[in-house]
Amino acid sequence: MDVLRITFLLGAVIGVPAVLVAYIVGADLLIRLLPAKLQPAFRPWIWVGPSLILVGLFLVYPAVSTLWISLLSNDGHRFLGLGNYGTVLSDNSVLIAIRNNIYWLVLYTGLVLVFGLVLAVLADRVPYEGPVKSLIFMPMAISFVAAGVIWKFMYSYQPAIATQTGTLNAVVTSVFRQQPIAWLIDHRVNNLALIIAAAWIWTGFAMVITSAALKGIPGELLEAARVDGATEIQVFFRMIIPLLAPTLTVIGTTLVIFALKAFDIVYVMTNGNYDTDVMARRMYGELFNYGFRVGRASAIAVLLLIAVVPVLIFNLRRFQSQEAIR
Amino acid sequence: MGSSRLGRAFSVAVLVGLLAACGPGAGSSTSGGTHLHVIATWAADEQASFKAMVKPWEDQTGNKVDYEASRDLNALLTTRVQAGTPPDLAGLPGPGQMAEFAKAGKLVNLDNVVDMSAMNAQYGANWVKLGSVGGHLVGIFIKTSIKGLIYYDPKTLSSTGVDFSTPPKTYDELTADANKIQSATHKTPWCIGVESGAASGWPGTDWIKDFFLRQAGPAKYELWGAGQEPWNSPEMKTAWQSFGAVVNSSKLTYGGKNYVLSTNFGTAFDPMFQSPPGCYLHHQASFITSFFTHDFPNIKPVQDFGFFGFPDINAQYSGAQVVAGDLFGIFKDSPAARSLLKYLTTAQAQQIWVKRGGAVSPNKQVPLSAYPDALSKQSAQLLLAANPPEFDAGDLQTNALQTAFFAGVVSYIQNPGQLDSILNDLEKKRNGG
Amino acid sequence: MSVAPVAAPAVAPTPLVTEGKGPRGRGFTLGSLPLHLALVLLTVIWVVPTLGLLVSSFRPGFLTARTGWWTALAPPFQFTLQNYRDVLDSYNLLGSFINSLTIAIPATVIPIAIAAFAAYAFAWMKFPARNILFLALIGLLAVPLQVTLIPVLQLFKSFGLNGTFLGVWLAHTGYGLPFSIYLLRNFFGALPSDLFESASIDGASPLTMFFRLVLPLSVPALASLAIFQFLWTWNDLLVALVYLGGDPSVAPMTVTIANLVNSLGQGYELLTAAAFLSMALPLIVFLALQRYFVRGMTAGAVKG
Repeated sequence: MDVLRITFLLGAVIGVPAVLVAYIVGADLLIRLLPAKLQPAFRPWIWVGPSLILVGLFLVYPAVSTLWISLLSNDGHRFLGLGNYGTVLSDNSVLIAIRNNIYWLVLYTGLVLVFGLVLAVLADRVPYEGPVKSLIFMPMAISFVAAGVIWKFMYSYQPAIATQTGTLNAVVTSVFRQQPIAWLIDHRVNNLALIIAAAWIWTGFAMVITSAALKGIPGELLEAARVDGATEIQVFFRMIIPLLAPTLTVIGTTLVIFALKAFDIVYVMTNGNYDTDVMARRMYGELFNYGFRVGRASAIAVLLLIAVVPVLIFNLRRFQSQEAIR
Repeated sequence: MGSSRLGRAFSVAVLVGLLAACGPGAGSSTSGGTHLHVIATWAADEQASFKAMVKPWEDQTGNKVDYEASRDLNALLTTRVQAGTPPDLAGLPGPGQMAEFAKAGKLVNLDNVVDMSAMNAQYGANWVKLGSVGGHLVGIFIKTSIKGLIYYDPKTLSSTGVDFSTPPKTYDELTADANKIQSATHKTPWCIGVESGAASGWPGTDWIKDFFLRQAGPAKYELWGAGQEPWNSPEMKTAWQSFGAVVNSSKLTYGGKNYVLSTNFGTAFDPMFQSPPGCYLHHQASFITSFFTHDFPNIKPVQDFGFFGFPDINAQYSGAQVVAGDLFGIFKDSPAARSLLKYLTTAQAQQIWVKRGGAVSPNKQVPLSAYPDALSKQSAQLLLAANPPEFDAGDLQTNALQTAFFAGVVSYIQNPGQLDSILNDLEKKRNGG
Repeated sequence: MSVAPVAAPAVAPTPLVTEGKGPRGRGFTLGSLPLHLALVLLTVIWVVPTLGLLVSSFRPGFLTARTGWWTALAPPFQFTLQNYRDVLDSYNLLGSFINSLTIAIPATVIPIAIAAFAAYAFAWMKFPARNILFLALIGLLAVPLQVTLIPVLQLFKSFGLNGTFLGVWLAHTGYGLPFSIYLLRNFFGALPSDLFESASIDGASPLTMFFRLVLPLSVPALASLAIFQFLWTWNDLLVALVYLGGDPSVAPMTVTIANLVNSLGQGYELLTAAAFLSMALPLIVFLALQRYFVRGMTAGAVKG
């Protein structure tokens, strides 16, 4: 059995790239059979075609059917128009989830972006860059379930009379001589606690991509500025940040969308209890905990899609200015 | 790019396409008998017990069970069923969800699959009724557990002057004992923890069921399970408040609400076995003993821990006992699926899991001698003596109401003052809100 | 080359300071002390949770719940390999490791290749509705995975892809494409346009430019994308559970590991050991690809 599996694996490892190369080379050769004038009109579709087809099947088709389902009753028999949206938005617990998503949007995106940038830039300047980046990257490689276990160790609470077993409460009680804090329950800190756990995981993501972009900035450019008497602070804000801006936009956009879709950490650690619910967790609950209420779940999914529009407009502006320069 | 290289690339492509098509994939294959796809929530040691349970059937029929475990059973099962790719058989998340699947026409009618007269003879009448929807059997219980047992450590109790060798007969006696422990030791008698990931709150709901069953009686309790009892009735409120009198008291419950809410049910009892002990009593279903011995590998049943059933409150309803169980149903009909389901109802099959520990059989033909130790035997006896055995009223609710019940208990422990609005919300949900 | 702020990550056509080292303040001087302190402090903070997990993975399960992980660092040292032994003994671990590779490698290669094709077209070819299509792609990042499960499963059923590796590859590709295209288009679009102009004058076709110019110049971007796509598919539980489910012989590591914990949550201490075992391969991929994150490498590739 294992021999069969390994053979299949090897076949896939060799065969899949071969198919992909064969596709693009073959298709482009076919395009060259066309009259030269027609080639530029057809060629782009050969290149974007596979993406459009797969995205169409796996994302567009489900998204469109979600949009349709969001207008129907949960059993799918009645057309409700915007009824599900009204029900969802008038539910106080949904409003709390929306508020929490705004916390996530600001704090999670901000923390990950800033720490990712700072770590990438600082690590770029030391001889032990490799080890530092590997250690920061490590949390990305840990599964969400294991990350949940880790942060339960971090946030664990014992009453003041007992020995603390959680890392943070051990510090709070022994170093700062304060009462232990119920990190995941106390509504003054619990959302922040969840966001920090998620930011801890994702900072490696921002760092790696920022670092990849940073390596593309010619060193002599920065050197020239330094020779001209620019301070490190000036080099960072006047040169590095503007040069990295497009990449930071990509990371920021992705993080904003991930913040809107925040699910795993909340699901694993509090399941939305204690006022920590977020929209994606709520949607999951509507689907699988509250009796397969597809109409409402779909309405929440559509609200998430709508929330992305401002980010898209911001991106559109960026392309337009980018192309104007080119 | 030469055309010969291209040609080679294409031929590899064709090869891979073939490989992908014929490669190892799921689905029933034909090496011998039929492969049955079975999903249930049991993993790790439970998965091993279930596999041991079906092994004799596999050996006998030549068929094979492809077992898949998921802790998120309801999500996986709902997705598969909705998409039209259900498993052959599945362990159902609970009678409430079973009824939802049955009403949607997704479950196979078992009336002609199992031998109903044998079922009625071997199972208590309640078990057959609980597996039926609209008069038709759609689910069978393959194992059960006894809920609401009160565990204690006889060694540490001896210093408090409380002795449970004759258990308290009434809840008032138990309350008096708890107060006695408190005044003798200046420690909290109870340890409670309700954290349980996505199901946080359920250990608290078990307390409320115990109070409600014994205060309002089996008839009202059954109405509640059937979704016909208002959540904001005075009886319901009394049951919640009785639980609140324990859980919200810093004198009676260890660590205060933050401990109760943030501590997993699987470690909540830890202070009971520590020295010096932090508490003396723990309320939980019969499965909890494996958690005891996991956290404290040196402790032994009887010598280091024992239990008694939740005592009576209203003498009129004496003997009622809350039980729970694991259901099994067929989603895709086939002779093999029928044969497996029929086999699972037998005493022969069920005592395999009983012997491995962690299960109480609903089949009365499983002998008491099959139970591995004194405490599991005591649980089995309690089930046989239960009059009537009442099924977990939370598990009977729709999935939506059960989830809301769990969450309601969590918010009650957090804000005891909001009991009325919590109960009103639950009532609104019962009415489809 | 003009240094417009938007031209990053730019590639200088002239030889660069190679291999990063040199006049950029690498090495220890008194002035750089705050830099080192800040970086080491941040790294230490980042490592504490992982360290807690690592220490816990070598402790017996009954202790992890009762005492903090740091107590293990003082006598009596109660360490054990039992958690690792239990994980390694678990049913079909080797088989599921091979399954995970069989899922993750193609599910990394396919989306990156297809996304690179598309990103190239989005960045350097003109066609109708280009920006709108691209924006729609980014917008699709926001589609919650959960709403796609049932429609896609229905599609798979009618194409017979349910429970096949090909189905899972395609699903991971579909889900991974929006981010991959977005990231690669950003990097491809930032390549200096005069490179393409001069190559075009030399008679290079778009295909040649893609393989000889775009891909070699974007190695750091491709490497970082490969790292993450591999990671996501390697650690994925949901897609595997829903689309592959059924036959345990095709289950990946994540499914096997999830089954170490029983329905009541017992055995979670095994997850600590399992986390480090399953993390090993993504870390190796990261370390292997990290050597492509070196300044000057891109410039060297231009000559090739």
